[in-house]
Amino acid sequence: MIRRLFIANRGEIALRIIRTARRMGIVTILGASAADARSLPARSADDVAVIGPAPSAQSYLDSDAVVAAAVAAGADAIHPGYGFLSENAAFARAVAAAGIRFVGPDLSSLTAMGDKLMARTVGIEAGLPVVPGGEAGDKAAARAQAERTGYPLLLKAVSGGGGRGMKRVDAPDQLDAQIDMAMAEAQAAFGDPRVYVERFIARGRHVEVQVLGDGNTAIHLGTRDCSIQRRFQKLVEEAPAPAMPDDRRAAIESAAVNLARHLGYKGAGTVEFLVDAETFEFYFLEMNARIQVEHPVTEAITGIDLIEQQLLIAGGARLALRQSDVQLLGHAIEVRINAEDWRADFRPSPGTVTRAAWPAGPGIRIDTHIASGGEVPPYYDSLLGKLIVSAPTRAEAVALLGRALDRLCIEGVDTTRDLHRAIVQDARFIAGGVDTRFFEGLTA
Amino acid sequence: MSMPDLPLTPDDVAEIAAILDGTAYDRIDITTARFRLRVARDGQGMTQDWSLADDTLPGTAAVATQAPAAETGLCVHAPLPGTFYRAPAPGAPPFVEPGATVSPDTVVGIIETMKLMNPVHAGVHGVIDAILVDNATMIAKGEALMRLTEPQA
Repeated sequence: MIRRLFIANRGEIALRIIRTARRMGIVTILGASAADARSLPARSADDVAVIGPAPSAQSYLDSDAVVAAAVAAGADAIHPGYGFLSENAAFARAVAAAGIRFVGPDLSSLTAMGDKLMARTVGIEAGLPVVPGGEAGDKAAARAQAERTGYPLLLKAVSGGGGRGMKRVDAPDQLDAQIDMAMAEAQAAFGDPRVYVERFIARGRHVEVQVLGDGNTAIHLGTRDCSIQRRFQKLVEEAPAPAMPDDRRAAIESAAVNLARHLGYKGAGTVEFLVDAETFEFYFLEMNARIQVEHPVTEAITGIDLIEQQLLIAGGARLALRQSDVQLLGHAIEVRINAEDWRADFRPSPGTVTRAAWPAGPGIRIDTHIASGGEVPPYYDSLLGKLIVSAPTRAEAVALLGRALDRLCIEGVDTTRDLHRAIVQDARFIAGGVDTRFFEGLTA
Repeated sequence: MSMPDLPLTPDDVAEIAAILDGTAYDRIDITTARFRLRVARDGQGMTQDWSLADDTLPGTAAVATQAPAAETGLCVHAPLPGTFYRAPAPGAPPFVEPGATVSPDTVVGIIETMKLMNPVHAGVHGVIDAILVDNATMIAKGEALMRLTEPQA
């Protein structure tokens, strides 16, 4: 059992964790940077430890400072939230070495899911489908791999990222020239010419499964669809994944449970899949070994408090829920209200929120740390808050979302509200089941 | 340190909204020593508007909010607050030095805000006369970063 919980995070997720911990009778200590010492989470925690100056590298990302503050506060557990140190194996090791429980999975799971290539290998071991493809050290190997993978395909730099060294090849006669270019780019950018051949999914959806495990057994809490993204960051999330045959959804859910069981997974985790929007074939991408920003949509359709489950499991309890206890009811949608000027390429817009009028009423949940007069410091990410709506059907949830956005009024900083108003009026979104290219066709 | 007196939970707010809905009133204002909450009707639904009493906690925030330097004349101003960098990477040569001729599209620095690097453009034609802020310092929105002189005719 956890009695004194140190929260190594900020913003809405820190407040979210404080709320559940308080309900469970757990004392909360917030580790805050100097810039956040007067934030709503800081005012809400039982105690505040200032862990360092404003920049994340000297506070929220400073593993030594966080562990030292937690020890000084007499904490028996640390909740890392999402981002920052939440999936950092070295941090989890330091926490354990200090005799403090880490609210997250065991080190073995953190390490296994730590990089994409390793996650792929573990996924294959667990029997999950992965995007067809493989590594190619030279041109001949790439050609042979392409034969097996099929077209269209993507060439990616093994050491790469951010789209550099990535080439799309539609037909065999383009392959040679594209391999040369991809290898040259990979060499120039990363000092490693190896490329990776992968089937290109033209119309892909991002579907993920929430899982819970206690090391012995694991269950799922249904799917979420997070296909509406920009710069690989999610903007809209919903549960369950819409417009998908029931048997395919069930297959994805059981694949996720298989992975969690294979890992002996402990705590809350999310297994991410790429789903072909036309055939509904699905491929394992990676697992996020932490709570997710979009967890409230799952809470809305299951009635299960995921933070409570995390704290119970980290405290040593067995999973009290069986799969048959999890009933998915209705539909929920979350939109992220970010402090960004989305019309100027999502330029960050920090500052003082002079007025924050959030919607309220039946079916509406607001997770935010921003009240009128709240500060949005320039040091951290731009999430102001999340608007979550739930209703018996998806159509009702979409309608409720539209009405709630009309009432949302944030003054003092730019926000993504009007972008979401355009999304909620888009015929493709209303129909449901959009793919990750959604933004290309959005008129706003 | 703060008392464990959290402003009301989302469930509390939902209940207040339901109470208001059953009345003929348009809004409910709740003010305590620590916060103010206004739940109000708005069209077909309701809004919640929070503000917090301005008590000071130890270790008060050190966000750069100083007034922008009083520079007049031709200047490059910060388009947004953040950390100002004169070079694209640590150890790399600065984008511009005094004496450099710039045009509106010339990148003269970057500002790191919310984990993103945002280029700063000169915005005008001119010659850099002086760099007014140090590398890697926090700057406020609108702060003068560089002074310029009119380009030679």
